[in-house]
Formats: sequence, structure tokens, C-alpha cells
Amino acid sequence: MISVENVSKSFTLHNQGSTEIPVMAGASLRVAAGECVALVGASGAGKSTLMRMIYGNYLTAAGRIMVGDVDVASAVPRDIIALRRRTLGYVSQFLRVVPRVPTIDVVAEPLLVTGTAPEDARAKAADLLARLNIPERLWGLSPTTFSGGEQQRVNIARGFAFPYPALLLDEPTASLDPVNRATVLAMVQEAKARGAAIIGIFHDHAAREELCDRQVDVTRFTPGLAA
Amino acid sequence: MTPLLQVENLAKYYGARIGCADVSFDLYPGEVMGIVGESGSGKSTLLNCLAGHLKPDHGAVRFATRAEGLRDTVTMSEPERRMLGRTDWAFVHQHARDGLRMNVSAGGNVGERLMAVNARHYGDIRAQAIDWLGRVEITEDRIDDRPTAFSGGMQQRLQIARNLVTGPRLVFMDEPTGGLDVSVQARLLDLLRGLVRDMGLSAIIVTHDLAVVRLLADRLMVMKDGHVVETGLTDQVLDDPQHGYTQLLVSSVLQV
Amino acid sequence: MTEYNFAYLDEQTKRMIRRAILKGLAIPGYQVPFASREMPMPYGWGTGGVQVSAAVLTPDDTLKVIDQGADDTTNAVSIRRFFQRTAGVAVTEKTTQASVIQTRHRIPEQALREDQIIVYQVPIPEPLRFLEPSEVETRKMHALEDYGLMHVKLYEDISQHGAIATAYAYPVKVEGRYVMDPSPIPKFDNPKLDMAAIQLFGAGREQRIYALPPYTKVVSLDFDDYPFQPTKAEHACALCGSTTSYLDELITDDAGGRMFICSDTDYCATRVEEAA
Repeated sequence: MISVENVSKSFTLHNQGSTEIPVMAGASLRVAAGECVALVGASGAGKSTLMRMIYGNYLTAAGRIMVGDVDVASAVPRDIIALRRRTLGYVSQFLRVVPRVPTIDVVAEPLLVTGTAPEDARAKAADLLARLNIPERLWGLSPTTFSGGEQQRVNIARGFAFPYPALLLDEPTASLDPVNRATVLAMVQEAKARGAAIIGIFHDHAAREELCDRQVDVTRFTPGLAA
Repeated sequence: MTPLLQVENLAKYYGARIGCADVSFDLYPGEVMGIVGESGSGKSTLLNCLAGHLKPDHGAVRFATRAEGLRDTVTMSEPERRMLGRTDWAFVHQHARDGLRMNVSAGGNVGERLMAVNARHYGDIRAQAIDWLGRVEITEDRIDDRPTAFSGGMQQRLQIARNLVTGPRLVFMDEPTGGLDVSVQARLLDLLRGLVRDMGLSAIIVTHDLAVVRLLADRLMVMKDGHVVETGLTDQVLDDPQHGYTQLLVSSVLQV
Repeated sequence: MTEYNFAYLDEQTKRMIRRAILKGLAIPGYQVPFASREMPMPYGWGTGGVQVSAAVLTPDDTLKVIDQGADDTTNAVSIRRFFQRTAGVAVTEKTTQASVIQTRHRIPEQALREDQIIVYQVPIPEPLRFLEPSEVETRKMHALEDYGLMHVKLYEDISQHGAIATAYAYPVKVEGRYVMDPSPIPKFDNPKLDMAAIQLFGAGREQRIYALPPYTKVVSLDFDDYPFQPTKAEHACALCGSTTSYLDELITDDAGGRMFICSDTDYCATRVEEAA
């Protein structure tokens, strides 16, 4: 489902003497449907960078990144938008929303943009929020005022609202209490079970052990860091 | 899929000075494109050329008309261009007073475009005006008030209703949230997002506010000195800017 | 200088005005700019109508001048005397006997004939003016038949008054093309704009002439659910008993006494004579 082939990237800082920082070279990995792969490596080794490249958030300098039949590395913006709409989900660590939009609508949005009827989308969102223990009295409020843990759970609910065939998870269990952590792990397992290809970053060792079929150490893709 | 708007080598000069030059892009149905850049970067000139308010010095702006497919709006006759302007296109000005008739009631403002395309049933026009005021969260009891009695945010929402009532396919927006309080901006952004999604609108939004484009635009075009220096997916351009100017622009935003 | 040129204006000016009139007749409802002259009367007293009348009068014509339907009010009397002195033409108060009729605010009740010309005094020729102040823009709107704004005005009327409250200078569409201000005649007179006589409109201060050739199709603008209605006071004339003519309301004393009489004095007097 996801195939990263010989990918490289560097950052050029034009305003700091055009310093060029190579951050990735020769990165390759494959994730099949129903498989969960963990990215590991020291902080700064490029786990998030690689994940962002797969999502199209960072530009890829060379190589191919196939998600389904789209090469993210060379696709035009509208193909990436279409890919993100129906194929590739991403649960980041940060919730970025329009202020004042009610939580339930934030969670329902991935369904609304794919054409689900508003009532059905809200019902699905309500199920997810209930499952993640967001009290119903908060559903009508904007998540911008929520605590870090609550925001993280809203973010997860949103990321799991649409059944994407490919999922990117950036620390989905960070800052969660044991009960909610267990819920999130169950949700990831369910996504695997329905055949989603998943790439995750987990500092939570136990979670990684439980969910992931393989680990890929990105350190070997990092120029200058490769052991 | 054919593009809704196809811009090729567009240029506009003010004497020897460049307004904008070498601008080319395709906009597809349902896409929202942001144009950012500092004052004088040519973004407003470009928008006005695209919307037919300014005549570019060369280049083509082809729009997918309903009847005849792609037509160059630069060379089409003014009546045709005006007809587009009040049916398939909409233009949301930064200052609501530029886009509203301040001496005409809210209902009359919304109804004008309908009457311009020959709606002649008062009851229907009024019903549509009420419907649209509702969609932009203006209550029915304000329909006969003039915009002068409205707050800035309400005026801007009224301007949007007035523009969208004829079901346009392409909306041009010039700093639509400029000059509004932050809380009012958020409400407007949410409204615009919902309308774009529900109506399948395509939009071109000129702004200098990077937060606005991040929330509204799928794609981004960065302009400097009349030229496009970078284009791409909005979050990619903002999070991994390639051009020096974009890097400067992104790093200059104050964090809150 | 002891004598005026015929009808006060010099021949070159009259030629210029006649050209504007011919152009106006060729494009019914289109406002033709013309070089309006200073006249020996203030703007607002009919300088546009007077210049048009001066350009169309011949020594054989018989002139009638109407002000608000009456022949004997200040404005009518002074314009009639002006042409008596400067053109020496015959004058009349009888609608049927006039070959040229200059009018302010009314169309005679008596249907006009093909051999007559009626000249309207126009204060503001641009029907779009009150909503769109820019002349450049209104001209463009006329050129492009961009007339949505005209209905906005009627919409505003209904939303504020429950009905189209515009009672005079009610906008019309001419031959399905130009929207035109028929000058401040009551909307009761609008249906008469479809007539056998030549109709000329002159605006002196605004320097515009426009025209309707005989039998031009003139339609008053309206909404499907608020159709145009030519209204008048629901009374009969207290003098001649007419129930079909446009009436003026006259206050007769301090005790609230009032009467309704025909605004068209010639029409009323003729009916009274015939009845006697």
C-alpha cells in the first residue's frame, strides 16, 4: 500500500547563508495492507520528517513515495488533496482547527468532505467522541479550549473518522491515561484488521510492541548519522 | 478533468513598473488557492486581472463557461464578462462597503444579483434573500435594515451572501478577513469553509495572513515583486518552504 | 438688439438640438447628450423642454404649455409668453388645437394625435441615478442592459411600504431595450406613453435629450407578484364628474374641507362646457 523508494531530502536555509542540511538519503520501506510499521531512531533522526514526506507535507527531493497508485513525491497538489481526502489519513500531535467550530463538527469534517450526509457524519463523530471519553457537554464547544489530553483524543477521533486505507500516526498514545490509551490501541488494531496500512511513531514501547509488525530504524537513512 | 480556470503567462505593467508578470496556473473545480505576499507584491493586481477588473497587458485567463467550455475572459466582450461577473463569478472585497450598496437594505443587496439575471417575482427573491441571510447567520428580522446598521463582521457576511446567491462557481476574495476582529475572523473563516465545501466552490483568496490560507486554501502561490516565487500544497509551502522569500515570510510570523 | 431670432435660440443651436432629437428618435429611450444653452430662466423651470420646443417650433405651430396639468400656473404662463414674444407663434389652452405641447408633470387626458408633438421637461433624466451615482457606470449599465439595479429600487419600495410606492417618475422599459425615466409624470399617466404623437424629453441642466417615436412600446417595470398599477384618487371630479381622469386634491378651508378636481384643466373645462 505504501512504498518509499530510495528517497532523499535536504533543507536549504536561504536566509542563513544558503546552508544546505541533508536530512535523508536512500530511504526505502514498504508497508502492505493490514500491516503496521514503526519508525524508530533517536530524536532528530528524521522519523517525523519521513512521515511528513509521505503525507506530502514536506517536499521530496529524489526517489518515489507511492501511496496506492499516487507518487506523492511528484504528484500535483490536487492529487495529493484527493489522496488525503480518501486514502491517506494522518494523526499528528497537534490539533489545528478553525477556532469556534464545535468539536463534533471538527471530528465529522473528514466524513463531510467525502460526501457523508451531515446527520450520519455527526452520529459517527459522536460514537468516536464517546468512545474516547470526551464528555458530551464538550461536543458543542471548540476544542481549542480543551486540555492537551482532550485535544489529542479529539485529534485521534478525527483521524479515525474516515476509514482510510493508509494511516500515519505520530505518537497517538502520548499524553493519554491508561484507559484512553487502551481505547486508542484497540482502534489502531481495528484499523489494521480492516486492512489499513499503518506507519507510526511510538515512544510508548509497549504500544509499539503490541501494534507493530516490524520496525524501521530511520537512522540508517540519515546522512552523517548512519552507523 | 478540465480546469475551471486556466491562466497563461499573465502580465500587467504600470508603465515601466511590473504589476505582475509570467503568472501561469490551472485551478480545478472545488480547489481553493491562496495567493500570499507582502503589500505591493502584485497579488491584488493579479486578482483584479483574473476577475476582469483590470485588463492585463498580455496573457490569457481562460474560464470554463457552462455553454462553450474554456473561453479567454481577457478577449471576450464586456457584456459577456459582466454576465460572468454576476452569475458564475463572485468577488468578495476586503472592505464590505466596496462590495455592498450601503443605501439599500440587506434583502435588496442579496436580491440584486437575482434581479440582474431577470428574477421578477418579489416573493421568490425575498425568500431566497432570507435563506441566504440565514446561511451567513444573519437573522430574518434584519432583512430590511441597511448595511450601515451592521457590524463589520455582519457586513462582510452580507457581502458573501450577496455574492453567492446566484450559485457562482468561482469566488475571488481580496483579504476577506482583513480589518476584522480576530474572533469575527474565525467565524467568517468557518463560514467560508462550510460554503466552499457544501457548494463545491472554487476560490482564489488573496491575503497576507498565513493562518487564513492554512485554514482555507488547498494550494498556495507566493508572490514577490510581481512574480510567483513558489507554489504548492498549502501546508507543504508553509512547513517546507523552498524559496528564500517564503522562508523569510513563514519565519516572520509571530507565534502565539 | 431689438428682435430675437425665431424662438430665441440661434439657428446653429437649433440644428444641434434637432440632430440630438433625431438621434433620440432613432434610438428610443436612449439619452443623447447635447450642448444645453443658458436660457433666460433658471434651471428647474424647464430649460431643457424650452430648448427642445424652440428647436421643433415652426411659425405655423400652435403651442400649448402645461404645468401640473394646468395652463394657468406661473411656469406655464411664463413659458407660453416666452414663445409668444420670441417666436410669435399662436398659443392655445386646448389640447386638440395644439400642434406642440410642452408639459411639466402630466400627459393630457385627451389622447394625442399623430400630428402632435409633446415635449416633457425633465429634471433628472437618469433613472438609475439614485442608486448609482457614477455617470460612467450608469452609461455602461445602459449599454450592457445591466438593469438589475432598477428592480432593486422597486424591491426596496415593496419591502418598506408593502407596495411599489413610487408614484411618479415611474421607470419604464422602451421597446424591450432602454430603461427610461418618463419625467415626473404620475404613474397614472404611464400607460399613455404608448401614443400616436411624437414624445420628446429635454433635461437642460443635465444636458440630455431623449425621445419616443409614435407607437413605441413602453412597459412600466414591475414584479410578477406586484404588477404595475396606475393609481389615482378614488373620487369623481367635483367639477366635471369624470371618474377616469387624474385628480388633484384641493384643500378648501381650514376645517378639513377638501375637493377633488381634474388636474388637466382643459379636459375638465371642455367637459363642463359640453355638459352645459
